[in-house]
Amino acid sequence: MLAYTAPSTVEEAVRALAAASGVAKVLSGGTDLLVQLRTGRAKPDLIVDTKKIPGISGIQERDGGFVIGAATAGAVIGECAALRRAWPGVVEAANLIGSTQIQGRASLAGNLCNASPAADSVPALIAARATCVVAGPNGSREASVESIVTGPGRTSLARDELIIAFHLPRRPPRSADAYLRFIPRTEMDIAVVGAGVNVTLDAAGVCTDARVVLGAVAPTALLVADAAAALIGRALDDTALAGLDQAARRACKPIDDKRGTIAYRTKVAGVMARRAAAIAFERAKERA
Amino acid sequence: MSKHHVSTTINGEPTEFLCEPQLTLLDVLRDELHMTGSKEGCSSGDCGACSVTVDGRLVCSCLMLAVEAEGHAIETIEGMARGHDLHPLQRKFLEHAALQCGFCTPGLLVAAKALLDRNPSPTETETRYWLAGNLCRCTGYDKIIRAVLDAAAELRGE
Repeated sequence: MLAYTAPSTVEEAVRALAAASGVAKVLSGGTDLLVQLRTGRAKPDLIVDTKKIPGISGIQERDGGFVIGAATAGAVIGECAALRRAWPGVVEAANLIGSTQIQGRASLAGNLCNASPAADSVPALIAARATCVVAGPNGSREASVESIVTGPGRTSLARDELIIAFHLPRRPPRSADAYLRFIPRTEMDIAVVGAGVNVTLDAAGVCTDARVVLGAVAPTALLVADAAAALIGRALDDTALAGLDQAARRACKPIDDKRGTIAYRTKVAGVMARRAAAIAFERAKERA
Repeated sequence: MSKHHVSTTINGEPTEFLCEPQLTLLDVLRDELHMTGSKEGCSSGDCGACSVTVDGRLVCSCLMLAVEAEGHAIETIEGMARGHDLHPLQRKFLEHAALQCGFCTPGLLVAAKALLDRNPSPTETETRYWLAGNLCRCTGYDKIIRAVLDAAAELRGE
């Protein structure tokens, strides 16, 4: 029999998760969890609704960076002008998830912990060097976003842990990010390939720092160090783009399915990485 | 199984109900409160036929547990007309024949109202993207978009 609790503190939420006799699920926006309840894919004994915890929804600027509450809805993320300006790639990725209705509820923590290889916000968050605050029985710890998902539907979180917030770091000057996904229609679909690129340029437009992350081409989002290395130390010239394309393609370990073949996904990953890099560079230059 | 007591506001009326934790807001609206305007199309958040607003935010009521409504203000299609006076969106849907079978219509009206409440002058593109989560298998959407844009113009006093 399913039980539901909506604790009003993080400590209560952790205690409820720890004390659950069977399977416990953390509920934020519910746009994945409720579908899984309906289909029977998830059969929890307990649902712990996080939304009564103060601060779990909302965005704050702190030390030049941002703290985004774990259950903050996509629509709220999209309405935050300061966040859009500092992290346009993270915001566009979060806002690609589902329809207007889904945006009214869907959260970053849910998108991450649902652990779909095609999750749109995850490559952008990893590219941004976002970290998450993980609460557990011994207090909270900070973990990189890339350390959370271990495979499709699986995370590294212990059963009595939950994510309560995301941190986006302070930006150096001339920094910007971008996220692109490929789908066969104009919106509301699951990524065939996603690419998040985050760069910092010097005054001459030469890339001094980069992160390139691919989605939907492996069991988890891929942080591709070789792809970033192809950008660093160069302006976005043909050599950089060719190196980026090649490194992105080489990193892919996709599946064949109705959304795309292995060959197709691999080729498109290179294209998406190049296009996302071009947008990130353009945005970074505008901040000079 | 223990039932939860939920206090909420629906279309401005304080409303209380008892529900089991697995029930969705849509289940309770339709089966408990007998407000059958919100439709069950897909029950997976794809079709938008169950659209309602929660504290002014458009959501699928099939993707929200009824217990989550505690302390929140829900608006449904039943709150749109004032007695016999249809909302301009409802009138324009009739004038433009923006419905055939009508199953998607309540969700589309709720979603369109949420758009116009935020943005009184949406472009056609903005309107189409905003309503992309509301599926209609009859009209081909064109009449719906025209009706929404016409209602927006009327609401602006044009």
